[in-house]
Amino acid sequence: MASRTASKDIITLRGSTAIVSEFFGYAANSILYNRGVYPEETFERVKKYGLPLLLSQDEGVKTFISNLHKQLSEWLEAGKLQRIVLVIMSKATNEVLERWNFSIETDGEVVEKGISREKSDKEIMREIQAIMRQIASSITYLPCLDEPCIFDVLAYTDTDVAVPFTWTESDPKLIANPQMVKLHSFDTKIHKVDTLVSYKNDEWDDQ
Amino acid sequence: MDAGSVSSSATKSHSRCPLKEQFLQRKNSRENLDRFIPNRSAMDFDYAHYMLTEAKKGNENLTASSPSKEAYRKHLADSFNMNRTRILAFKNKPPTPTDAIPNECSTSFQQSKPVKARRNIPQTSERTLDAPEILDDYYLNLLDWGSSNVLAIALSNTVYLWDATDGNTSELVTVDDESGPVTSVKWAPDGRHISIGLNNSDIQLWDSTSNRLLRTLKGGHQSRVGSLDWNNHILTTGGMDGRIVNNDVRIRSHIIETYTGHHQEVCGLKWSGSGQQLASGGNDNLLHIYDRSMASSNSPTQYLHRLEDHTAAVKALAWCPFQGNLLASGGGGGDKCIKFWNTHTGACLNSVDTGSQVCALLWNKNERELLSSHGFTQNQLTLWKYPSMVKMAELTGHTSRVLYMAQSPDGCTVASAAGDETLRFWNVFGSPEVVGKVGPKAAPEPPFAHLNRIR
Repeated sequence: MASRTASKDIITLRGSTAIVSEFFGYAANSILYNRGVYPEETFERVKKYGLPLLLSQDEGVKTFISNLHKQLSEWLEAGKLQRIVLVIMSKATNEVLERWNFSIETDGEVVEKGISREKSDKEIMREIQAIMRQIASSITYLPCLDEPCIFDVLAYTDTDVAVPFTWTESDPKLIANPQMVKLHSFDTKIHKVDTLVSYKNDEWDDQ
Repeated sequence: MDAGSVSSSATKSHSRCPLKEQFLQRKNSRENLDRFIPNRSAMDFDYAHYMLTEAKKGNENLTASSPSKEAYRKHLADSFNMNRTRILAFKNKPPTPTDAIPNECSTSFQQSKPVKARRNIPQTSERTLDAPEILDDYYLNLLDWGSSNVLAIALSNTVYLWDATDGNTSELVTVDDESGPVTSVKWAPDGRHISIGLNNSDIQLWDSTSNRLLRTLKGGHQSRVGSLDWNNHILTTGGMDGRIVNNDVRIRSHIIETYTGHHQEVCGLKWSGSGQQLASGGNDNLLHIYDRSMASSNSPTQYLHRLEDHTAAVKALAWCPFQGNLLASGGGGGDKCIKFWNTHTGACLNSVDTGSQVCALLWNKNERELLSSHGFTQNQLTLWKYPSMVKMAELTGHTSRVLYMAQSPDGCTVASAAGDETLRFWNVFGSPEVVGKVGPKAAPEPPFAHLNRIR
């Protein structure tokens, strides 16, 4: 609950889109760092959401994320994006080991009528901060990724979306019998983002 | 009490059916708070029916389901909504990481990667040897595997050596009935010299290559010596008299220190890997930790920690090879627990009830695993994953409690002996080829290197 004294800020569709796509960029970087997909040395520390976060300096990764950013923003503004999934796969076998699922609920009214909503910026930042912390602490329960891994990003959109030239249809890359952990969510009053991580059961940990 | 309230309010008649009486009174008195009496005419059955049946469907969404259930439900709902969704992936894939990924989850000791997951642990012993006349006594330590890959086992009055590389058996010594039986056996770190504890409280020191008795340590104990451990040139002996004696085998008056702390037989004795701390377990259910740095202070017999958590004799002791100051201890029949200790602070980190008497403990040097041997009823060896303490395997075969266990110098094989007069070998810690990279540590400077013989 936002404290009564906190001032509420106006959130427009565009603003909310920016918040969500920016969040995704940082979350993806954080996941790549914490799960060891890329070597630690290739990451640089920045301050965001009141936390020290790590951004990859690898050119390839940076380009990928920024291209993603553009396209996701476009879809978010149109209200067509349902979720973004970051998949971590084994480099050798292409087996999906982890799936970070960010589901997005868009307030249709805002998209249609172009109205804006009110919510304290600080409140949103705090919610995002909680998620970032959870991602960082997820390494305590997620099984070790001992082999080299690669990642990919899937976007779930409405069927009436025109597929841009640079994107292709894909399979959902699900995990069979996954363990799922639901993380916190954040809400800009226009977009509500839920985070869920599902991972492959580590056999030896079975009770 | 109820009857009382009935009679007080029932002025009309003595009724033996309080219910009936109450039924009439209910509308008037508001004091009948200790019993719910349904009044059909006041009930709205239609609404009740609705709430019970219709509302249930709505309730699904309202009740707080556990997060994973919710997640699963969503997952399910989503997969059914697939026809309204497209899944798109970016064509230009992100770059694949080129370097080897630093493993934040494993430390340097975990070297055999391909063996890590899904290691096949053979459920039966690889080899079974005969061990006739082995004593079925919980408090003795009759098995040890030296760094020269020779196994020593004491069968009643005789100590036999079994060379693991070629399978040859030789007899080291047979003591006479007055001194024997042999109550403990321990190889020195150099793998050549071996100490034997006897029932008459003597300890003999032998050179196994020349089969010669080098020395007999007398006077340290008043009754049998059931446990032994080496720390370089110091041989620590634990006796039935509850005493622990540190002997320097190089000098004439060998007794350098005596620890008194136990008041019953000392059956477990283990020096830590660093040689800084000594753990001892006794029949008095006590587990003591002695620290060498305290030796010079006022009372050299003082222990650093006295741990009383076990409720039975503590014989099984094992120091963790990959985490300093972590000790695992196992309790006997009345306790059945494996407990983990931080020997710096004396805190108990974890306690696991195994369901059966714990006779011996061994850590896997290559993986984070712990092997425990048990008695009644299964007489099994249990392999646990550390620190989750999930059972990875249970090896059965022995038909009586598995009292003695020893680990091969390459860390792959475990030998176990029991009162059923068998000595079994288990390839429980992995196969030698893979672990071959982790060579045996360079043997420490032999304690007798500069002497040809010990007076």
